[in-house]
Amino acid sequence: MSNEHIVRSYSLELERLRTLVSQMGGLAEAQVEAAVSAVFRRDVEQANQVIGADQRVDGYEREIDAEAIRLLALRQPMGLDLREIIAALKIATDIERIGDYAANIAKRSIPLSQLPPVRPAQSVPRMGRLVQQIVKEVLDSYTAWDVTKAIAARARDNELDDLYTSLFRELLTHMMEDPRNITPCTHLLFIAKNLERIGDHATNIAETIHYVVVGTPITDARPKNDDSNFAVVTPPSEQPASGDNK
Amino acid sequence: MSVQLRSQINEASGRAPARSATVPVKIAAENVNVYYGPKHALKAINLMIGEKQVTALIGPSGCGKSTFLRCLNRMNDTIGICRVEGLITLDRENIYDKSIDVVQLRARVGMVFQKPNPFPKSIFDNIVYGPRIHGLATTRDELDEIVQISLERAGLWSEVKDRLREPGTGLSGGQQQRLCIARAIAVSPEVILMDEPCSALDPIATAHIEELIDELRENYTIVIVTHNMQQAARVSQRTAFFHLGEMVEIGDTEEIFTNPRDERTQGYITGRYG
Repeated sequence: MSNEHIVRSYSLELERLRTLVSQMGGLAEAQVEAAVSAVFRRDVEQANQVIGADQRVDGYEREIDAEAIRLLALRQPMGLDLREIIAALKIATDIERIGDYAANIAKRSIPLSQLPPVRPAQSVPRMGRLVQQIVKEVLDSYTAWDVTKAIAARARDNELDDLYTSLFRELLTHMMEDPRNITPCTHLLFIAKNLERIGDHATNIAETIHYVVVGTPITDARPKNDDSNFAVVTPPSEQPASGDNK
Repeated sequence: MSVQLRSQINEASGRAPARSATVPVKIAAENVNVYYGPKHALKAINLMIGEKQVTALIGPSGCGKSTFLRCLNRMNDTIGICRVEGLITLDRENIYDKSIDVVQLRARVGMVFQKPNPFPKSIFDNIVYGPRIHGLATTRDELDEIVQISLERAGLWSEVKDRLREPGTGLSGGQQQRLCIARAIAVSPEVILMDEPCSALDPIATAHIEELIDELRENYTIVIVTHNMQQAARVSQRTAFFHLGEMVEIGDTEEIFTNPRDERTQGYITGRYG
């Protein structure tokens, strides 16, 4: 981060830890992208690749944990070194979860590809693109220790929550229209939820970056726009006039 | 007068702080300058030592932390070329005032050194030497009581109670250091100054001393100089960083070691000091 340690191997080990986290982030980013594309293009082969590659994400997490524990034990880090090592542990956990969600999206894309397409599937790539942007910006700000960029990306999670809430309503409406939509729409609902959760882990990472750079936890609570917890869509039979609101 | 303590982590999590928010000031240094002949060893030091707290002084060799420690019980008086300017108060009383009896002052502000330095006498005599010359005890019963209490407080009683007549120099290094702490305690000081008390000890003996420091702060104000930053982090509540004769930064220990404000402190604690 700043100038070199007197003990050069210490700097090299920290650098290696940083590289591992960046590589893991890059891999998870690619996993999310591929999973969303597998949904959109109904591509089973790509879905299987994503599912298979999740092991590599987990492998990175183990490697980062081991390296961080080794540094804690052998170097007794202090100050920003300590914050950075703790951050690596936390960020690796968040990235691992992001990887899991990507794998789950890929899994759900397989049954989805065997069912007739439903219209709300069109909204998934839009949500996917936004998630990818947020994840990318947060991971870029990790490499550059750019806390302003991290916090800006964190604020965009609201847009994601808005998209999720509207997709949630759209899916409920579709399920009510035709019970045959229930299976694909439920898969899409979980996919959307997974994307929304990926956004939450990206905001965690942004907050960890703030802690490393500034030295204190971020105190302002991020405003949440996920209203799906409170969403109610009335079935058409009770409200014949409105039906679905596209 | 009181020291404002920051405890951001506790504030952020909303938990009650582990320590009271303010502690009374035991020792206050105001604009203290120390010269060894032409050499300006300490530059305008302002520092408050909280009562019944452990304050650690850290910094690279030659930064002035030991010099500062030695100002607190006027040990620097013994160095001819040393000149101390500024104000140092103990319980708001100027310790450099002409009316101050230096011997009395050193009874109130005891000291433990880097190398254990027991007198070449029995364990018993090591302890009772101070109380005798200060006239704190005269009868055999009183002396016995002081020996037992001091050794108990120093965590050494159970190890030496059957050989109080044996020479103090026959103990192990760690035991000798605890004997020196017991000797300091025997004159009922209010403040104990420790100048690298563990640097000559193995990790186990060090752990005993650290445990002892933790217990002693119930009753005493402790100022410790240490080169071992992990030790400073473990035993102290407040840490001051000295550099080239200046006091760069003082703060809650956990803050100094996780999020120091000054670049020089950051460089030193993370091993980037050039």
